[in-house]
Amino acid sequence: MSGRRVIVMARKELVQILRDPQSLMIVILMPVILVVLFGYGVNIDLKGLPVFVFDRDGTQQSQDFLKHLQASQYFHVQRVVGNYDALTRGLDNGSAKMGIVIPWNFSQRLRSGGPVQVQALVDATDDNTANILTGYVQGVVQAYSAQVQSQWLSAHGAPLQFAPIAVETRTWYNEDLESSAFIIPGVLALVMSVIGAFLTSLTIAREWERGTMEQLISTPVSAGEIMLGKLLPYFVLGMADTVVCALIAIYWFRVPFRGSFLALMGSSAMFMVVVLSMGFFISVLAKGQFAASQIALITTFLPAFLLSGFLFAIEQMPLPLQWITHVIPARYYVSVLKKIFLKGTPAALLYADLVPLAIFALVLGILATRSFHKRLT
Amino acid sequence: MPSAREMWRMAESSNSVVIQGLTKRFGRFVAVNHINLEVRAGEVFGFLGPNGAGKSTTIRMLCGLLRPTEGSANVAGFDVAQKPEMVRQNIGYMSQKFSLYNDLRVIENIRLFAGLYSVPAGQLQSRIDWVLEMANLKGQERLITATLPGGWKQRLALGCAVLHKPPILFLDEPTSGVDPIARRQFWELIHQMADEGVTVFVTTHYMEEAEYCNRLALIFRGAIVALGSPSELKQNSIRGDLLLVECTPLGEALEILQSVPGVIDAAVFGNALHLVVENAQTAPAQVRSSLAQRKVAVQRIERIRPSLEDVFVALTTIKGAERAA
Repeated sequence: MSGRRVIVMARKELVQILRDPQSLMIVILMPVILVVLFGYGVNIDLKGLPVFVFDRDGTQQSQDFLKHLQASQYFHVQRVVGNYDALTRGLDNGSAKMGIVIPWNFSQRLRSGGPVQVQALVDATDDNTANILTGYVQGVVQAYSAQVQSQWLSAHGAPLQFAPIAVETRTWYNEDLESSAFIIPGVLALVMSVIGAFLTSLTIAREWERGTMEQLISTPVSAGEIMLGKLLPYFVLGMADTVVCALIAIYWFRVPFRGSFLALMGSSAMFMVVVLSMGFFISVLAKGQFAASQIALITTFLPAFLLSGFLFAIEQMPLPLQWITHVIPARYYVSVLKKIFLKGTPAALLYADLVPLAIFALVLGILATRSFHKRLT
Repeated sequence: MPSAREMWRMAESSNSVVIQGLTKRFGRFVAVNHINLEVRAGEVFGFLGPNGAGKSTTIRMLCGLLRPTEGSANVAGFDVAQKPEMVRQNIGYMSQKFSLYNDLRVIENIRLFAGLYSVPAGQLQSRIDWVLEMANLKGQERLITATLPGGWKQRLALGCAVLHKPPILFLDEPTSGVDPIARRQFWELIHQMADEGVTVFVTTHYMEEAEYCNRLALIFRGAIVALGSPSELKQNSIRGDLLLVECTPLGEALEILQSVPGVIDAAVFGNALHLVVENAQTAPAQVRSSLAQRKVAVQRIERIRPSLEDVFVALTTIKGAERAA
């Protein structure tokens, strides 16, 4: 292995990246765009959902109930309608996510101490939103009925009662329950997949396509030197992008960062080796830029997006999918990222994720090295 | 009196390339078929043949880029299949397609290959200057390679291939797609290098370029059909004498002459016919009368010296006929 040959290869590769507007855009703009996109655009928090109300009772009591509903930050009573049709129309055309129907005997039943049912019609097109909505509305109703109950009891001479058990909730790690804090750390895995696998797969396939590989392998440069020299610039750029993304996350989106910077860089370096090796391996097999880039995206970016726990919790996936996630390197990296950012887990406790990541890096690295020969076929 | 072993070694050392039974098959297709060849140190050796004859495949095997299916090749004293890295230290290679980096500057390409060939730091600047001088690219170092005209690119590619002063140079159709003046200049460079003791192994399908070579191998369908200096080939490969016949219409004349006794072979060359005849003294009269009978107008009949193209046509027709038989 000659250090000089690796360096001249790396320098040549860097010059080519800097001279190619497309690569440059991917290296410089793509990370920023992805972080901002996921920071602002993907917001799984539900706030101020439009609600239509059909109040058939129209009493002070029903108005009081509606006020409670309105007071919750999750709902926004968009319209009070006069008939059932208007309510269903609102759900049909999407201007309402939920319709609340208060029965005509609402206040009367409550005064007489009997149970009363309020109807909630939920748009379950998006099942996730529907589940959350149902939960929220049940919470509001329960709180209101507890209040009504204690009022009724005190009005009928019973002593003021307290609910025997109350839950005192404290949210840890992501105290403000901001979904951006949950999502943004995982964006780093996406950025690295693109830089590491996608760009790398292009650069080697390009050499085969343009015929420059033939000239290259006619020189005494070894396969290992070619690989190292080619991957080094992408490693450095990928790590730089990681730092940039982390800084945007911390200082712009105010994502908490509680772990060690060293652990972040260490695990990122491992994941970088994983994606670079995959990109290299793919381009050696595909030998065409188009095929290589498509395969790279499907095998690295897509799993990092869907199966890593970045957006969708792995525990909620069907079992077979959960099994598959164990062979997705991004899963371990995303898990480490969330722990480092939000929990501040010390590096020593990250081994459950770091060990598999290291194994992937090692195996894929060896595979990539073995795959490349200085021969034409 | 040197021993047989020593004789063998001496013969080895004076040969830059020794090829024995070299064969390359791609599936069932035989691209190179058991060729034997020796190229002496310091000669310009031409590998002449039509496209698809196996020229590039041979040169790629000699550079260690393709593994031979059968046979062996020894380049600069190293076996290409066993010691490809040693072979690469000792050769310069220019592939058929321009394959330097188009998006790099001239100087960046030169520095890259100087690094890959491990040109010693102390010699680096003098080698770079030498290459720029040789390729006539002084003052153009900062140009992006893609913007260079074809002839300049070829010279730059040659320069990058000889940065490490290799004793053997492999050039695969180095002048394809280059204008005639640039081509002539390029061949001057090749001879300059040969004068300095470099062995040059060059493939081409331009007949006129083959004349610039010290020795030639004609390759056809993966096999060597003739070997020798250009003049040897012209003297020995054609059985009979060569006549140039200018007449109209050509097509009809060709058809007639193929069945005239004493005519061995007839072929169209430009706007005339070349005839291989048994006897240049008696044949013209016979040709004239045969053509006159069928009202073909004859402008000129003349005995000519065969060109390499005649040799090539003659040899490949024989091979073709053998194969058909």
